[in-house]
Amino acid sequence: MINNPHFILAILFQLTQLLLVVLAAPLLTGWVNQCQAWLQNRSGAGVLQPYRVLHKLFHKDMVLAHNASWLFRLTPYVVFACMWLAAAIIPIIAVDLPFSGAADVIALVGVFALARMFISLAAMDVGTAFGSMGARREMLVSFLAEPALLMVLFTASMISHSTQLPGIVDALAHHQFVLYPSMGFAALAFGIVLLAENARIPVDNPGTHLELTMIHEAMILEYSARHLALIEWGSSLKLFAYISIGIALFIPHGIAEMGNWAGLPQAVGFLVVKMLLAGAALSLLEIVTAKMRIFRAPEFLGTAFLLAVLGLLIHFLLGA
Amino acid sequence: MNVASVLPIDVAGAMIAVLAGLGLLGLLLQRNPRFIVSVVFPLGAFSALILALTGLWSLGETPTIAVLPLGLPDLPIHLRLDPLSAFFLVLLGCASFGVSLFGAGYFKMMPGSVLGLLCLEYHLFLASMAMVLLADDAYVFMLAWETMALSSYFLVTTDHAIPEIRRAGYLYLLIAHVGAIAILLGFGVMQGGQGIGAYTFDAMRAAHPSSFWASATFLLTLFGFGAKAGVLPMHVWLPEAHPAAPSPVSALMSGVMLKMAIYGILRVSFDLLNTQVWWWGVLALTLGLITAIFGVMFAAVQGDMKRLLAYSSIENIGLLLVGIGLTLIFHFYGKDALAALSLTATLYHSLNHACFKSLLFVGTGSILHATGARNMGRMGGLIHRMPWVAALMLVGVLAISGLPPLNGFVSEWLLLQAFLLSPGLPNSYINMLVPVAAAVIALSAALAAYVMVKFYGVIFLGQPREKILEQAQDADYWERAGMAWLALLCVVLGLIPVVVVRFLDQVSLSLLGAGLGNAAADWMFLAPVDTERASYSPVYFFLAVAGVMLLTILLVRRLYHGRLRRSSPWDCGFPAQTARMQDTAEGFGQPIRRIFEPFFKIESELPGPFDAHPKYHGRSEDRLWYLLYLPLKQLTERLSACVSLLQQGRIHLYLTYTFVTLIVLLIFV
Repeated sequence: MINNPHFILAILFQLTQLLLVVLAAPLLTGWVNQCQAWLQNRSGAGVLQPYRVLHKLFHKDMVLAHNASWLFRLTPYVVFACMWLAAAIIPIIAVDLPFSGAADVIALVGVFALARMFISLAAMDVGTAFGSMGARREMLVSFLAEPALLMVLFTASMISHSTQLPGIVDALAHHQFVLYPSMGFAALAFGIVLLAENARIPVDNPGTHLELTMIHEAMILEYSARHLALIEWGSSLKLFAYISIGIALFIPHGIAEMGNWAGLPQAVGFLVVKMLLAGAALSLLEIVTAKMRIFRAPEFLGTAFLLAVLGLLIHFLLGA
Repeated sequence: MNVASVLPIDVAGAMIAVLAGLGLLGLLLQRNPRFIVSVVFPLGAFSALILALTGLWSLGETPTIAVLPLGLPDLPIHLRLDPLSAFFLVLLGCASFGVSLFGAGYFKMMPGSVLGLLCLEYHLFLASMAMVLLADDAYVFMLAWETMALSSYFLVTTDHAIPEIRRAGYLYLLIAHVGAIAILLGFGVMQGGQGIGAYTFDAMRAAHPSSFWASATFLLTLFGFGAKAGVLPMHVWLPEAHPAAPSPVSALMSGVMLKMAIYGILRVSFDLLNTQVWWWGVLALTLGLITAIFGVMFAAVQGDMKRLLAYSSIENIGLLLVGIGLTLIFHFYGKDALAALSLTATLYHSLNHACFKSLLFVGTGSILHATGARNMGRMGGLIHRMPWVAALMLVGVLAISGLPPLNGFVSEWLLLQAFLLSPGLPNSYINMLVPVAAAVIALSAALAAYVMVKFYGVIFLGQPREKILEQAQDADYWERAGMAWLALLCVVLGLIPVVVVRFLDQVSLSLLGAGLGNAAADWMFLAPVDTERASYSPVYFFLAVAGVMLLTILLVRRLYHGRLRRSSPWDCGFPAQTARMQDTAEGFGQPIRRIFEPFFKIESELPGPFDAHPKYHGRSEDRLWYLLYLPLKQLTERLSACVSLLQQGRIHLYLTYTFVTLIVLLIFV
């Protein structure tokens, strides 16, 4: 395996993607924000604004609450590492990702859950009213979103007879012009999950600091400087990862095939276009919807969960 | 005697005798409590470890048998150590090694007279559980089973001065016995009126009951073992008895004793019964799903930390039953590779649950000693006062939430893989059940994470809610050692699944005649079918997360300054903060209570806004208690009232009964 030149190339490619996602993720966040600014008839801060924010945060002095424990200080690193890894194992340019063998779709959901667990615990660590409120709401949103995501991924795995991400993408990308009704349901459910898990409107509002409505922001109120930078970066990576999953499952066409290194430039081009479109669609969706009350969120996510289960059932019944 | 001729079963039997002997020693030496805690309990721990090693040694061997010339006439004691019992022996030994070490520290405060008795009951409890696993005839099995029930009853009622604990113990005893009667009847049906010799398990294996009698046996034993395991609707004793018992005992009951019931179900349905019927699996699967979702929902609204863990045990038992149900279904339809996969998942999860639940339960013991409270609403901020307990419990909490790379994730992964591979069953109803079941499993796993964030966050994080917590002491060395062992198991079982699965394969091979040969192809990658379909490598996963994390820490530290200033929490600039503003356990569970409102019987009392001494009171109760148990109790009372009409207590009436009976007999005979 080691002597195989293909394998070495694949490893190199995996490392490249690892580097690429971590650098490109803030750009996607910047793009979504910029689109929103344009849609709201503002001029916006530019797509590079997230980098400037990260730069500023990394240089600041950190302020830490007196009673913050080691768990609080460890969490930003755990969250950042998990999100980075998650984004790096999703095939979006080429399907040769050697590390994908170590973590399949169930493990991918597990990585997200691990990060969520840590950030919720860290939110409760300082013992403020907002912190524990944020943790509670985050877990409330995720206990429905996580199984919904798992069901979406299961539907894709059933169709492709694999829970390996490269296997799924390979199968889905090369069965063109076949419309799977089950994947239609799954796509709807996935859209809802994406909004909820990335703290977007209508479940949460990434731009708010109005205390009573926030979820994600409430959890990270006590973080500052480099910790906050890592968490913000982690959030960008999470959004990037989710959009990558969406692309990989629902519009994988144009991805480079196994061993087709010459197809890479074209695949990168496809990816950029898809990412730009997905970001624009996300910002449009956020502009036209209003944030819902927190107790409407379980209904909204329950719908996602039911849709996802329905998708899976349809696959079982129709085999499509 | 030649050393080479010592069989695993001899070692196991000797260790059972040693455990029972240690218990008696404790009773005799009750004037010397220090000796009991620092010598007897560690010795018991090491005997348990030897039991585990014996199990490990005999997993791959052919079954070994021993017949002791004791017991009933015509029915000597039959013992047998086959891969299934060997696996559960490993589980028993591994978990109780940690718990006994912990007990050596935990029980040191106890007065000698109580401790001596407790030491006897504790070691008898361990010995009887091991005996249940070795039993190879119904008589020994029931004898050991009852010893297990009685010794654990006395352990539960250790603090019998408290009426609530007596009540909890009574409920436990009652349900344990109803279950035991059902099991006994099940054995009776299996032996089929063939005389006393047919009570050996060998005779039952050889019999071929008709599908009606096989189903009757299955239902009776499922009911009986289900009562012990806490399967719905026989779960009510768990949340009462677990909090009542001393923590190491709760750990053993939840971590190990519930698995004895799982062992019983596996033994009867895959080994003793030759006939299989298709709906058994569906029944077990459905019961398991209901139990799992019920358990986790109730765990989310508990305020008492041990009750919360008890409900979480109900959830895990549900998951195990789902695994058993799936195995039964696959086995019936002849898909033995898939049956082996789901059986492996079930066994793996049993082992995992034994480790992390024992860890969490003994941890609550340390907290109980440090704070004197079981109610999580009186805790908070213990991570600063009890760093060891906090760190070790974090491992348990992450493991039970099914997060990679720890052990809970592996068994959940295997179970979900079994679901994903299941289409193509010939029965379309079952095919439709499969995705729904997978969805419920995913939901209960996600809710388990909710419960555990609440559990850990409210107890260990935040600000202390009571003044007394400032003086909380960390666990002592024995306690730390016990917890560290269990935490280590959680990590190791998570990192080397391939090795574990290779051992579990022996059990699948012996029960189903098929295993997961492929899973062991590459020791780094766990791939139950083939690597194209699914694989998971916790070692690489762990290395990647750890590597990326270290890299980030190094880079951030290197490139930027590490300046840091401590100040009071910001909290959006809110000026007055007290510990009471944090979420309590009830507060954290409130969304769940609200979403699943119809399932709970809620009574709550909210004080008015201008109340000078506000008192909040809220309770979420189990509707089943009112819908099932109380009517049953009334029915029993009414029936016994009818019977008591006969029983007037006057001697001339009884003489009349005798006279009438004689006359009737004379007429008929």
